[in-house]
Amino acid sequence: MSDLLLTGVTWHDADGTGHTGDVAVREGLVTEVGRVEDTEGLTRHDADGLTLLPGFVDLHTHLREPGREDAETIASGSRAAAAGGFTAVLAMANTSPVTDTAEAAERVLDLGRAAGLVDVVPVGAVTKGLDGHELAELGLMHRSRARVRVFSDDGRCVADARVMRRALEYVRAFGGVVSQHSQDPALAGSQACCHEGELSGRLGLPGWPPVAEAAVIARDAMLARHTGSRVHVAHVSTAEGLDVVRWAKAQGIAMTAEVTPHHLALGTELVAGYDPVFKVNPPLRPTEDQQALRDGLLDGTIDAVATDHAPHARHDKEHAFVDAAFGMLGLETAFGVVHDLLVASGAMSMADLARVMSTNPARIAGLAGHGRPVAPGEPANLVLVDPTATVTVDRDASHSLSRNTPWHGRTLTGAVHTTILRGDVTAREGEPAPC
Amino acid sequence: MRHLLSSADLTRDDVRMLLATAAEMHEVQRRDVKKLPTLRGRTIINLFFEDSTRTRSSFEIAGKWMSADTINITGKGSSTSKGESLRDTVMTIDAMSVDCVVIRHMASGSAHQVSQWVDASVVNAGDGTHEHPTQALLDAYTMEQRLGSLEGRKVAIVGDLTHSRVFRSNAITLRTLGADVTLVAPPTLMPSGIGTWAAADGLTLTDDLDAVLASGPEAVMMLRVQRERMSGGFFPTPREYTVGFGLTRDRLRALTAANPEAVICHPGPMNRGLEISADAADAAQSLVLDQVSAGVAVRMAVLYHLLAGEEAAA
Amino acid sequence: MRADDTLPPAGAPRTVMSETDVSRALRRIAHEIVERNKGADDLLLLGIPTRGVELARRLAALLHDVEGADVPVGELDITMFRDDLRTQPTRAPLRTRIPATGVDDQVVVLVDDVLYSGRTIRAALDAVADLGRPRAVRLAVLVDRGHRELPIRADHVGKNLPTAHTERVMVRLSGVDEAGDSVTIAAGETRAGRPSTPGGAR
Repeated sequence: MSDLLLTGVTWHDADGTGHTGDVAVREGLVTEVGRVEDTEGLTRHDADGLTLLPGFVDLHTHLREPGREDAETIASGSRAAAAGGFTAVLAMANTSPVTDTAEAAERVLDLGRAAGLVDVVPVGAVTKGLDGHELAELGLMHRSRARVRVFSDDGRCVADARVMRRALEYVRAFGGVVSQHSQDPALAGSQACCHEGELSGRLGLPGWPPVAEAAVIARDAMLARHTGSRVHVAHVSTAEGLDVVRWAKAQGIAMTAEVTPHHLALGTELVAGYDPVFKVNPPLRPTEDQQALRDGLLDGTIDAVATDHAPHARHDKEHAFVDAAFGMLGLETAFGVVHDLLVASGAMSMADLARVMSTNPARIAGLAGHGRPVAPGEPANLVLVDPTATVTVDRDASHSLSRNTPWHGRTLTGAVHTTILRGDVTAREGEPAPC
Repeated sequence: MRHLLSSADLTRDDVRMLLATAAEMHEVQRRDVKKLPTLRGRTIINLFFEDSTRTRSSFEIAGKWMSADTINITGKGSSTSKGESLRDTVMTIDAMSVDCVVIRHMASGSAHQVSQWVDASVVNAGDGTHEHPTQALLDAYTMEQRLGSLEGRKVAIVGDLTHSRVFRSNAITLRTLGADVTLVAPPTLMPSGIGTWAAADGLTLTDDLDAVLASGPEAVMMLRVQRERMSGGFFPTPREYTVGFGLTRDRLRALTAANPEAVICHPGPMNRGLEISADAADAAQSLVLDQVSAGVAVRMAVLYHLLAGEEAAA
Repeated sequence: MRADDTLPPAGAPRTVMSETDVSRALRRIAHEIVERNKGADDLLLLGIPTRGVELARRLAALLHDVEGADVPVGELDITMFRDDLRTQPTRAPLRTRIPATGVDDQVVVLVDDVLYSGRTIRAALDAVADLGRPRAVRLAVLVDRGHRELPIRADHVGKNLPTAHTERVMVRLSGVDEAGDSVTIAAGETRAGRPSTPGGAR
């Protein structure tokens, strides 16, 4: 561990007030901000023009290990996360085997620690094998070394209301949260693969109607109220779904929500060429939904941006559209997309970005050491970003093992410069430190 | 024209040229020697992932009658992400330097995807519930043989629109030719977003078949109801479907009364007694057999225009 | 520069056959056909679109005048038999219409406007062979401009016209073209074997 001195850097207080000066990091903690008197033993980093934010926290990452190490490993996903400015990622449970036991959760935790570039926080399955019927060992996962707090059958919806109710009642006891993939499977065919609307009608592709999302969010809101427990809406994608979240929050129901960069910025029209790189679940939606989601993020209805980073081996994407795998890469591009779309355009401040990409997701996941303000005594889980850099995304430059990025060839304003995990530089200018 | 993937790829002039060529090819079929040397040395692969004796054999005959080498390959289903990918399958075929891949696949968009991967010309011979452009051409050809120009003619397309690639291609080609198209289906078998789609494309929507027949359309196209849809909750019972949307004997009479010249099409195979009664299928105004006979001529025309001309302009 | 104004511009067409010349040549060809065939029995004229069809019709009318015979006329499109399909954009084939007599055991006279490389006639022979087995096939052309690329010659020629490759021969026929009958020659290369299109050059 080397101690750092970041000079000429801009940062924000918890209330959003901006400052420019020097920041010292010693033994994994921020020790001084503003003027650093004693620079003895500090490695100096010129951060003129850069902004220091709390390290990003991704509530929704698929790392594919164990089971599909050809698509991603915990180590490769950690490299991508560090390059993308993340200091913590929640690794979804839909691996093979599924993370539905304490042992499985600890194994993910340990592999993450071994890689050492980002805190890999396992998400536990809600039901055994994601089968939707029997509860997984929620309590044992929580009591394990992994301290699992977030549970999700992501990829599948916990469709059975009785199972969802029991899960909520159960996790309430230890302050857990269920992250729901809100999508009523009965409201769409098993082959659904895009947004249901005019385009899907023309393309002859079976789609998901927005009501399939909104109906489950509404049900879960009522269940959360009934159980007094917490529900997190994963990757909300529709204006209708968002309206229900807004209503639930107004009712005082303990509901939080995340949105992905791709649902904010990419529209369903991209599916017209049948390129499976744009096949994702939930699907890309029309412009009106994108606009509603941006508004929802700005007004606080949506708490967090989460990537739903979903690497897939090339051959799993080279099927007919309806047969190809769901998902797209997101860890390395999330900051650039959100910054380019919302901060560079003036809709959102950098402090707001820190709130939705770090503070709020850390709070939702119960991660005490992440999403903290830049202040003396706080853990040095930080990211330096360059708001003026422009980057053209090149899928072949990705640190993921997979190449399924929908952003290939796009130029984004704003880039991650340096990622710092407990005082260690884990990535610099897009290059992760060796594991 | 390098590929034929969607009926929307064809301008009105393209359609006119293809239909004019098909008419000459149809003449050739009446000769003793049907074989033309036009595509000598060209190789056409019929890559069929889905059974279709009718379409596959008509493409095969079309190729052979123009002296192309035609090879049939039956692809295995690729409904899972396991096993060989679609791209691997077609790249293996493309590596044999073929000139044309005629593809039938159960997945919508597969022909588009394949056209991005291979050097060969690609003809969409039916992709899932998306399109079937050569079927639309042969339907237009058959109707024009009886009706003359379709400009301003009233054509009704009746049945399971949601799952019909025949409907999607026909709606486009018929509009390209200036026909007045009315879609008739129960609400559960109308494709998603059909309201804005119909408004944009100038299609009329209704669920009242009797009113449409009474208006005296020049052509009525009955779509096949897939057996597997009957229990899918799209409509209560086959009987209820027939009462609402079948071309029954009574409706045939009503159609003939409203327009004695009206013709009846069906892309086949027919479910007699469900969407079309035996009387209607075998009526003098039924074009069902003409459609089959036009199939080869139209596919010859398509293969000729895709494969005979100069290589894609530099 | 001023002196040049009086000269025709480079490539300006020069008339080599007038309307009278065309009509005289056709009359002679009609006579030759009958003489060669010893009458009009079993004759079948097949015009190659577009102008060959018009010429075949005119020959049939002349044969009627000469022999009082009704010689059937057909149209033979050779598009699908061409050997240069790959070098040009496709176009819809033109009509092929064979009279009810068929070609079997008939004396088929192929009729075209200009004989050049011989490739059109090669394609026409293939097309005829697919239609049946004529007793004989003969060839009548209005103009033979030379430069053969195949061992093909015409039996009946309206006019032998020595040309350079760099010249174009244009046949205009009333009934097909707007102007009256004429054959003109102009500078400007035309590739041999191009199909004759309305107003096109050979």
